[in-house]
Amino acid sequence: MPQQSARTLTSQQKTTSRRPAGTLYRGREGMWSWVLHRITGVAIFFFLLVHILDTALVRVSPEAYNAVISTYQTPIMGLGETALVAAIVFHAFNGIRIILIDFWSAKYQKVMFYVVIGLWVVTMLGFAPRHLMNVFSH
Amino acid sequence: MATTLDSPRSPYARPTGKRGTNWEKWGWIYMRGSGVVLIVLIFGHLFVNLMIGKGVDALNFGFVAGKLASPFWQWWDVAMLWLALIHGGNGMRTIVNDYATQRVTRGIFKWAILAAVVILIVLGTLVVFTFDPCPAGSPADLLPKFCPAI
Repeated sequence: MPQQSARTLTSQQKTTSRRPAGTLYRGREGMWSWVLHRITGVAIFFFLLVHILDTALVRVSPEAYNAVISTYQTPIMGLGETALVAAIVFHAFNGIRIILIDFWSAKYQKVMFYVVIGLWVVTMLGFAPRHLMNVFSH
Repeated sequence: MATTLDSPRSPYARPTGKRGTNWEKWGWIYMRGSGVVLIVLIFGHLFVNLMIGKGVDALNFGFVAGKLASPFWQWWDVAMLWLALIHGGNGMRTIVNDYATQRVTRGIFKWAILAAVVILIVLGTLVVFTFDPCPAGSPADLLPKFCPAI
């Protein structure tokens, strides 16, 4: 069975006319979208843990909450927030791409990856200047 | 250890002899369902907190308490809390299953993820529904405008 699978893969890789040939997940757009989805997902998860803890300080006292939230308003954290939003926006749009691949068709997965990148660029052009102005305009 | 790998696009067949609820299938469905809802909730959250007005510069207790005093934002945040933590926890579980090769480390990682998810869901839910936007004895300039002057 393993030998047969390996042979199927190599033979499918040579045919470029039939798409999706071989695998969706190795090399090129399919693999990179998968890698980015994992990395952004893990990053967002760890931020989420911290973000719930810092927000929980509203239950402690206004002073405690303000002390911690003011560290989010520094230039370095402002850049970090831009990176975080970039990760969230990619994960969101690529998530829609995954749903479309699963429930509609894998035929356009490469095109959809570039649509994801395009929408990500547009969204970040809308977000990043505004956020960075808020951060750096003290 | 000899492992047989199926060709990537071979149809999935559930191991024979497995009965009862197919949790992996429901997990797979949950990731997609919660993902769509989370896009709406998180994009709304980011827009209201970072884009409107002075964005991150305006964030303080007065702003957050003002929001969380309304049931609309309480339920918005609680929905985000539950959906996002379970979505993220399940994603981390998938990654641990992929990369942790020892049975014991895999178990430790997954119990740690479960503990983090459960503790933060309980903590976050309690905070949202029990906190007081106008705590007694706090300086008025730190509180939302609707708090009665003491």
